[in-house]
Amino acid sequence: MKFSQAQVAGYAAVLAFGIAGPFLFPAYTIQLSVLWIMILFALTWDTMGGQMGYNSLGNILFFGAGMYICAIVQIAWAYDVAAYTSHAGAVKIDYTPEQYFSSLGAGLVAAGVGSVVFALIFGRIVFGLRGPYFAIGTLGVALAAGELVGTWDYVGGGGGITVPFYPGEATAGSTFFYFLCFPLAVASFIFLKWLYSTRFGLAINAIRDDEEKAEAMGIHTLRYKVLAWTTSAFFLGISGGIFGNIVGFIEPLEVAFPTVTFGIFMVVMSLLGGKGTLWGPVLGATVFHLIKETTWTYMLGWQWVALGALIIIIVIFFQQGILGWAQEKWPEKFGIVVDEDTSAEDSRREAAE
Amino acid sequence: MNNLMILVQAPVINVQLLLDGFFIGAIFALAAYGLALVWGVMNVKNLCQGDFVIMGGYIAWWLSTMGIHPFWGLPVAMVVMFGFGWFIYRIIIRRVVGRDMFTSLLATFGLAIVLQQLLNLAFGPEVQTAESGFEVRSILGGMVTVADIKFIAFVLTVVIAGIVVTFMRYSRMGQAIRATAQDARAAKVMGIDTERVYAFTYALNAAICGAAGVLISMIWVIQPFFGMAYSIRAFVIVTAAGLGNLPGVIAAALGLGFAEQFGGFILGAEFQQAIVVGALVLVLIVRQVQQGRRRQAVV
Repeated sequence: MKFSQAQVAGYAAVLAFGIAGPFLFPAYTIQLSVLWIMILFALTWDTMGGQMGYNSLGNILFFGAGMYICAIVQIAWAYDVAAYTSHAGAVKIDYTPEQYFSSLGAGLVAAGVGSVVFALIFGRIVFGLRGPYFAIGTLGVALAAGELVGTWDYVGGGGGITVPFYPGEATAGSTFFYFLCFPLAVASFIFLKWLYSTRFGLAINAIRDDEEKAEAMGIHTLRYKVLAWTTSAFFLGISGGIFGNIVGFIEPLEVAFPTVTFGIFMVVMSLLGGKGTLWGPVLGATVFHLIKETTWTYMLGWQWVALGALIIIIVIFFQQGILGWAQEKWPEKFGIVVDEDTSAEDSRREAAE
Repeated sequence: MNNLMILVQAPVINVQLLLDGFFIGAIFALAAYGLALVWGVMNVKNLCQGDFVIMGGYIAWWLSTMGIHPFWGLPVAMVVMFGFGWFIYRIIIRRVVGRDMFTSLLATFGLAIVLQQLLNLAFGPEVQTAESGFEVRSILGGMVTVADIKFIAFVLTVVIAGIVVTFMRYSRMGQAIRATAQDARAAKVMGIDTERVYAFTYALNAAICGAAGVLISMIWVIQPFFGMAYSIRAFVIVTAAGLGNLPGVIAAALGLGFAEQFGGFILGAEFQQAIVVGALVLVLIVRQVQQGRRRQAVV
């Protein structure tokens, strides 16, 4: 891969901001962590929705699954989960730093792997569905997961479950989790950038453009679709595990499987930035998160109305997104060559005829 | 599973569950018919179906707090929701018709969020019910209770469904709607103002949903965030029955009503939502298996 100077400067600026962010704005460490998670949300949604044309409304499933798997592993490291959840608050988890970090590491790995397993299982079920049925089916799977976890007493049911506390100061803890979120988002970006440049990227683009033809060309579409889903699931699962630890308290409907908030944010952010591009989701997530964090508290309960209205406006009037709009306006900046000669020649030929 | 044994030992409870499932399923059928109408005519997947239902319910409830009997809510809600549906069509749905399917799904999802939040701001998150003041009767030796209002609501459901079906079959507008559903371009060539037909269809759907909501507010409870469950129920029913299949819609709606009542009784009330969503996933899987048989795909 070759980079132009502008690209190098851009990457360097993003990385510098990522590393310096929590030290420059120590009061906003958690918001910045959530920003990276949002970027990851939009990137992984775009793998499915933008690059492969399968608009999932239920990717949040893996976020919640990872969150719960991570929490269970963390607690089960030294305690009995069922006893812990049934005596909510009575049993205090007391980990040495060593125990804490090893359990957290194991939990995050388990979250990623567990989400991949879920994606493999559900992929067989949902990928026979097309178009709107796929969107509704994935929405149904995510909603069902939230409802079922809410009835599962082992993990505390609807009452939720508290994850072990970070051993040390709260600010040190949020900085620590920031430096888990940021590399994870960067890693998913680099991985997806590489993935889209391989045959795999071409194959999923072919599925988006015409699935029947792609199948006729010998692409094993189901395998590619499930693989794309497991990629999303892996990163989402780990991000869920981290987010659960940032929040500290996991509850099925609002925190782990928030289908109408985070689940729909993913879609909106990708559309806002420009779906089917690499930088679009990053841009969209940043813009969306900035707008949301700066205006949210001033809207006095109207924020959800504003969010719904924003979804409608983006979907109806601005579906190409920021990057899509920029590509239309300045195609030459994106390496899209409009060949003046041939078009001039065509019109001359038409005139002659 | 203990509750399963109760059903076997005291069969009379089955009668109670069957009756409740029957009454509630009939109302589901109303909302699902509206969805099938919009889906079939203009190919819009209306995810705010349930929020129209809840809006209708709040109209009746609001009237009842003003001292007006919720029965009057039925015509009022139908007229108000008809106007509201027309308005929504003019500002949003008009721009969605004919675009890809995900657009309509996401736009109406956004609309659903707006509506449920507006209802929440206006009426608060409490669970409400419109008191109709009818007595509750006991039959079969006091083991089975039937509220009169449930029976009246059922009759009204049948009447409304009958009016809508007659309208679709014999009126000029109904014929135009069916013609547009078959072939919008040909209908246009024949001089049908398809834009008006679409607006009317969407408004009619909103009115039907509003009527369903009024009935639900009288026999059950409403709450601003219950809308999504009704949307999903409508999708389950339409997906299971297929478009343009009225007997199928009725059968699937009654089936869902029974499944919810029995499932909720056997597994516990906290599973009710999970049963609705589970039914959706199940129906989609079954459809996929059916389609998979027809396709020659690489598996």
